[in-house]
Amino acid sequence: MKRFLIALLLCTLPALPARAALDPALVKQLAAEDSDARIAAIQKLGTSGDPDVLKVLKALASDSLMVTPDGRVFLMPEDKAFDAATGAEIDPVPAEYDAITINNRIRSELDNAIAGLRLLNPDRAVRLAAARELQSDPGIELVPVMGKALAKETDAEIRHLLRFALDQANLASPDAKLRLAAVRALGHDASPTTRGLLLPLTDPANEADAAVRQAATASVKAIESRLAIGDTLGQIFTGISLGSILLLAALGLAITYGVMGVINMAHGELLMVGAYAAYFMQGVFRSHLPAYADWYVVAAIPVSFLASALVGMALECTVIRWLYGRPLETLLATWGLSLILIQAARVLFGAQNVEVGNPAWMSGGVEVMAGLVLPWNRIVIIGFTLFVLALVWVLMQKTRLGLFVRAVTQNRAMAGCVGVPTARIDTLAFGLGAGIAGLGGLALSQVANVGPDMGQGYIVDSFMVVVLGGVGQLAGTVWAALGLGVLTKFLEGWTGAVIAKIVVLVIIIVFIQKRPQGLFALKGRFVEN
Amino acid sequence: MQTRRNFLKMTALSSLMALSGLASLSAMAADTIKVGILHSLSGTMAISETALKETALMTIADINAHGGVMGKKLVPVVVDPASNWPLFAEKARQLISKDKVDVVFGCWTSVSRKSVLPVFKELNGLLFYPVQYEGEELEKNVFYTGAAPNQQAIPAVEYLMSKDGGGAKRFVLLGTDYVYPRTTNKILRAFLHSKGVSDADIMEEYTPFGHSDYQTIIAKIKKFASEGKKTAVVSTINGDSNVPFYKELGNAGIKATDIPVVAFSVGEEELRGVDTKPLVGQLAAWNYFESIKNPTNTAFIKMYKDWAKKQKLPNADTVVTNDPMEATYIGIHMWKQAVEKAKSTDTDKVIAAMAGQTFKAPDGFTVEMDPKNHHLHKPVFIGEIRPDGQFNVVWKTKGPIKAQPWSPYIPGNDKKKDEPDTK
Repeated sequence: MKRFLIALLLCTLPALPARAALDPALVKQLAAEDSDARIAAIQKLGTSGDPDVLKVLKALASDSLMVTPDGRVFLMPEDKAFDAATGAEIDPVPAEYDAITINNRIRSELDNAIAGLRLLNPDRAVRLAAARELQSDPGIELVPVMGKALAKETDAEIRHLLRFALDQANLASPDAKLRLAAVRALGHDASPTTRGLLLPLTDPANEADAAVRQAATASVKAIESRLAIGDTLGQIFTGISLGSILLLAALGLAITYGVMGVINMAHGELLMVGAYAAYFMQGVFRSHLPAYADWYVVAAIPVSFLASALVGMALECTVIRWLYGRPLETLLATWGLSLILIQAARVLFGAQNVEVGNPAWMSGGVEVMAGLVLPWNRIVIIGFTLFVLALVWVLMQKTRLGLFVRAVTQNRAMAGCVGVPTARIDTLAFGLGAGIAGLGGLALSQVANVGPDMGQGYIVDSFMVVVLGGVGQLAGTVWAALGLGVLTKFLEGWTGAVIAKIVVLVIIIVFIQKRPQGLFALKGRFVEN
Repeated sequence: MQTRRNFLKMTALSSLMALSGLASLSAMAADTIKVGILHSLSGTMAISETALKETALMTIADINAHGGVMGKKLVPVVVDPASNWPLFAEKARQLISKDKVDVVFGCWTSVSRKSVLPVFKELNGLLFYPVQYEGEELEKNVFYTGAAPNQQAIPAVEYLMSKDGGGAKRFVLLGTDYVYPRTTNKILRAFLHSKGVSDADIMEEYTPFGHSDYQTIIAKIKKFASEGKKTAVVSTINGDSNVPFYKELGNAGIKATDIPVVAFSVGEEELRGVDTKPLVGQLAAWNYFESIKNPTNTAFIKMYKDWAKKQKLPNADTVVTNDPMEATYIGIHMWKQAVEKAKSTDTDKVIAAMAGQTFKAPDGFTVEMDPKNHHLHKPVFIGEIRPDGQFNVVWKTKGPIKAQPWSPYIPGNDKKKDEPDTK
């Protein structure tokens, strides 16, 4: 953003010297010690309507407005200096200078002033962005600017936003009639911000006019009932989002433990391998394909799958194969393997967490309704979970491999008799489970920290989901993960994260005692085997 | 399962450590002084503590290059307590009784410090603790080079309540669930009461160590902030949970101008793994920022950058310095001065010599070790996050202020002495 602003400044600079000078006293006041004086200067400059003000204010917002010890204020987009008031180039650049720093209070005034100036821009996108900027707490001083812009504006969306901003600003108007109209109009909006703006007006200490107070109370009530719906939807979404993460973490285990019966304590480390594969791909894309750096996540899907699958198959061939039917030994051996994998990651990548960035298209969120912002990374992960689920279902139900895996699970001896290569099927099935874990790791890398022992935090959760869902049942795993996610999130909202974790564990213990076979139990003759 | 696994890991690790300890013992020459470095190099706290180990090693190398201490070379002994609190105590015991170190620089979380305290008291060791903490402690065997609550938490909240800080009237106290956030929030609650903020306007929330799903908490904060009064968040989240917290904050579109978040355990180092553009304007309170301009700091930053390059640290070209690193640097130098003054590394003699030591610190002031209370007099800075992950100082004290380890906002503390008991 900063670089963009500087670039923008640079291309506009050649036009600078031709302009009329700004009030030098006001420009100097921008560098004042006292915040009040600086804000007054920003507001005065902002409402002057002079388009050159924009460059100065933008420079202030991006830390490229400088001041010399004797109070000369100048723009310094890169290595050239331009006087802030006249726009003339200062050559040579002053020897001693400092960037004028701003704090949050000044920044919000500055944002509003800049937005106010851009409202008259011929480009619709710029005006729209400016109107959006003004949605949060525009000052009363901007009312004339916004009024002027509204009168000229033809675009319906911008008009709507502007009117809303005007209403907000009018809440501070000295005229009770304007306040009343604004309060009534704002009652139709359902954002938490509006509620926050209107609440003080219901208090006689802040609002003298009884009619305004009454209208504010009514508006707040209307907003609250609409907000409650958004709240509940938000909680369900966060629950599903947590559930999707639990599901991705547990799905691989559902195959290796649930279907094949291997108690794989190294499952968490297979997640870790997948996450590091994502980190590796990010590095490859950043150094070789910087133009497509945002798409490393897509390229990481097969890489994470293969990396974890290969590690998983290697584990199966070297250790686990020799321990089938001996659960305790498997448990100990895979535990040892998990320690080896953690140490290997420490040696290869260092003990510290590594940074895996969200691509731009997975950052930020979408406002689906007032007060409910759904983050893109969570939405993408829910979609990804569905994709992985479909992949597993197709593999298990529609392919020859899936058929063999199910046959070996149900009756190993009989499957062997009819010619299924059971040993190879075991390796492939374990590889599949490990690969799915790798995909889970890829998803985790987008929301959680990637480090050598990241897997340990998920192993308990994963076993919980598989056992709760019913061993051997993929459908059970899905329901258990979603149920646990939503339950945890509702409890968290109610009791806090620490207590919620305890309560969930207690519920699971009680549930498993009452129903040891889990949510879904296998039925049929082969169960006893 | 977790504990059993940790136990196995611990045994494996400690036997390894014991082996390496033996090896280094035989290599020890007579004219060296051994110093212990006790920081987590793995686990949830590694994000913060690894840099402190590097700073300590750098400072030691620098002291050695300038003739060592009393003509003797310093030999660092590095151990990794792996963010595992009981392991801290074990490692501390190993450092003092087996490796025979004369001083230990280490710990970040208060829970790790509390875990090693009995060891240092029993063996009469010497610990330099470089991180801001909750106070409520004054031990003869510990020197606290980080901030006490009145040197960080209280000024930060005062700033939030001031006009320039946004004039906050409602507060969310958000932290990781252990002794430091709980105690700090207790002090802050009492402080806010004294400023006329009622309990209805304070929300307290805790998450476990390593928590990574902050959706619910962000939603709660948003809701709490929409009740008509300016709201601010005071975050005492520690370790790598900060990364998902700030990611979620950015994704939810919360801007610093709407709901400012001031953090007490987030510095330049923790922000390295985060896209800071959505976080511009969020605050941190510390006693040092890398962006502070003075010749001492320039030299300090250069020294660390050169060190990172020489040691080929991961991402050596983007390394940053932060407050606990500065406190580590100050601590080691003050210990050196005290040893030279006492002409001995004996714990009791060094403790006596530490009183009143001064050092020209990178924060731009000559900081002083209080003659009595084992805490540094430090200046306080409040900074806002810049797009490049550094901080702009928006508020600072005129000079160093004296630490109050016993916060006056906790009842009963007025009777406690401001110097530790000596045996």
